[in-house]
Amino acid sequence: MFPAPAFLSNPERFMAFSRWAAPMFGVIAALLALAGLWLGFTAPEDYQQGDTVRIMFIHVPAAWMSMFVYACLGGASFLALVFRHALADAAAQAAAPLGAAFTVLALATGSLWGRPMWGTWWVWDARLTSVLVLLLFYLAYMALRASLDDETKAARAGAILALVGVVNLPVVHWSVNWWNTLHQGASVFRKGGPTMTVDYLYPLLLLGLAYMAAFGSLWLVRIRAEVWRRRAEAAALRAARG
Amino acid sequence: MLDLDPGPYAAFLWPAYGLTALVFALMIVGSLNHARRWRKKAQALSQQGPEA
Repeated sequence: MFPAPAFLSNPERFMAFSRWAAPMFGVIAALLALAGLWLGFTAPEDYQQGDTVRIMFIHVPAAWMSMFVYACLGGASFLALVFRHALADAAAQAAAPLGAAFTVLALATGSLWGRPMWGTWWVWDARLTSVLVLLLFYLAYMALRASLDDETKAARAGAILALVGVVNLPVVHWSVNWWNTLHQGASVFRKGGPTMTVDYLYPLLLLGLAYMAAFGSLWLVRIRAEVWRRRAEAAALRAARG
Repeated sequence: MLDLDPGPYAAFLWPAYGLTALVFALMIVGSLNHARRWRKKAQALSQQGPEA
């Protein structure tokens, strides 16, 4: 068996690991964010976009995270569905609100960037619409989990819904290539390497790593909360049974 | 040199950064409160034991 299920199958080991890993990732995130913001606000303004280019440093990492967190949600759901790991299900449940928050940020900051550059807050092009669909998958997952009292049924239904939503990830990523969109194409993760100047690339990558570390920290905190919630409910059930 | 004057784009740049800061603050406070609440509840219930 590969390491992830073995690790996830042991809640005690996870709780011991996450106790120090969560604050450590939080500190790393803060340091990376400070460095990225410093480089971002010392970079020269773009000759076409002016100072609005600085919105890129917070918009693009949010968009990356919206997809990455959904991939984590899908992966954890797969492990929960196939291997029946309780911690994998907790991980999926814990990832959803964080992913939804990153997706809201991607859409809102994109809109604030689009208005001065495109002349519109919103356009129904393939990239924006597929990211909106991604947000709807997050919201549907959370609503489905909340609507079912039976924890086992909620976990299974949520996992199936999450796995269906994984189909949307390649659509989001390649939407700018498959359709003619107002949204620009990839300029960092593309064949042939990044196309942007290092003045913008370095702060963007630093803030991307900061978002990733922040997610790592908050994800661990929320999985820990989920473990405690399940322990509390199990203890309450035992107490009720006498 | 820090460039904190976005000129005519201030109305777009600062709300974007402000919203990002707000969402991160909500994620951090919400996650920590959520964890603290359930940790206390789990500890209280486990101390009561099965006879409670």
